[in-house]
This record gives sequence, C-alpha cells and structure tokens, in this order.
Amino acid sequence: MAKIIIPSPLRKFTDNLTTVATSGNTVQEAILDLATQYQGLRKHILDTEQNIRSFIRIYVGEEDINALDKEQTAVAEDTVISIVPAIAGGAY
Amino acid sequence: MNHIEITEKAKSIIYNDGEITFPDECCGFIYGKEEDGIRLISEAAPVHNSKEGDKKRRFEISPFDYMKAERYALEKGLELLGVYHSHPSHPAIASEHDLKVAMPFFSYVIISVYDAKTIDIKSWRLRDEERIFDEETVTISTNDSVIKK
Repeated sequence: MAKIIIPSPLRKFTDNLTTVATSGNTVQEAILDLATQYQGLRKHILDTEQNIRSFIRIYVGEEDINALDKEQTAVAEDTVISIVPAIAGGAY
Repeated sequence: MNHIEITEKAKSIIYNDGEITFPDECCGFIYGKEEDGIRLISEAAPVHNSKEGDKKRRFEISPFDYMKAERYALEKGLELLGVYHSHPSHPAIASEHDLKVAMPFFSYVIISVYDAKTIDIKSWRLRDEERIFDEETVTISTNDSVIKK
C-alpha cells in the first residue's frame, strides 16, 4: 500500500486528495492502480501504451526512479511515491 | 475568461527576477488562494533556471525544486497555483514550447522583458481536456492580503 503524493495540478482528478493509498509491489503497479482509481488522471500520467509519460518524473522518497530500478522499483507499505511534473518552456 | 489577481509585492518579485536575469529567462512559482473562481496570488518565489543550454529562450525547473515548492505550499496553507517565467525580448505570449509540457490547472504567468525592463504581463491556463492555452485576465492588487473581502 504505497502512498502516492499527488501534485497540485492533478488534484482536481483525485477529489482534491493530496495523497492516495495504492496497491502493488512496484512503482508501475502502484501508478496503474492510481490510474484505475481515478480514471481522469490516466491520460495525464500514462501514455497510450500505459507507460509513464515522458513529461512526468517519479520519485520514491528522495530518489528519482531512473536512478533505481525505474518502473520496476519495489515499493512497500510505507513507501512514499511522488509524481513530479516537468516544468519547462521558453519564448520561441 | 479566468481571472488572476496578483499582489503588488508578488508582481514586484516577478518583474525584478525577470529584469536581473535578463537576457536569460527567469522562472519561479506562484502561491495563493482560489476563491469564487478568482485566483489571488500573494507570493512569488524565484527558482534557479536549471535548463542546460540556451537560457535566453528556454527555462526548466528541477524536480527537486518542484517538490520543495509543493512542500512549502502545504506548510504555509497556500495553494501552488502555477509558474511564472520571462520572455526576454519577446512578447508575453505562450509559445508552443510552453504549451508542450503545460499541466492542467496551473496558471502560467509570462512577463515580457525588453532591455532589462518589464513591459507586459500575461497569464495562460490550459483549457480543460484540450491542449490549448486560454489567456487569463490579470489585475495587480495593491492589497497584499489574499483574503478578498
């Protein structure tokens, strides 16, 4: 039952909840469970092949999952997962 | 049309950041409250432009700074309502690069800075369910309180 922290821009899809408890033994399973619980969130965090979108970063505790086992990073009951949207842009 | 009201204090922080960072792009977060559909921006906090490469026309905020911003909002009882950045020597019009990674809900405040002087401010928000930016009306409030009486 990893806990996922929902970023401000996506809370409208989780009934304004800042955290959601999820099932699953890996980051991927937890994120898929989140998307199943809140369907409106799905397209903002997963692409059409159900992979985590490239503009979204996932942290387990303070660690980027790209420095761990990526989507297959193991999670436990007390794991805190953060969804971090990319913030970028530019003039032209 | 959505509306945001920015306190004079927050506006000054945004303008100053854009002017001292010129000719590079500045960036930061905006915090406040949303009441009756109106966003009241009481705080602006500059953050490092972590873009590697051409900062004159690109900005990026690190995931670490983003997580700190979320934490700050929770601690202060404020809402993280969006992001600001500057367009040096360009209009405050959201670009295709701004649109590409834009998130729903957030207000994207853009200032136009020419010769280290801010000449315009605009704000943009993603339209629900579509990847289109709608402009928000912006007013500057002389009242530094976010509580609208």
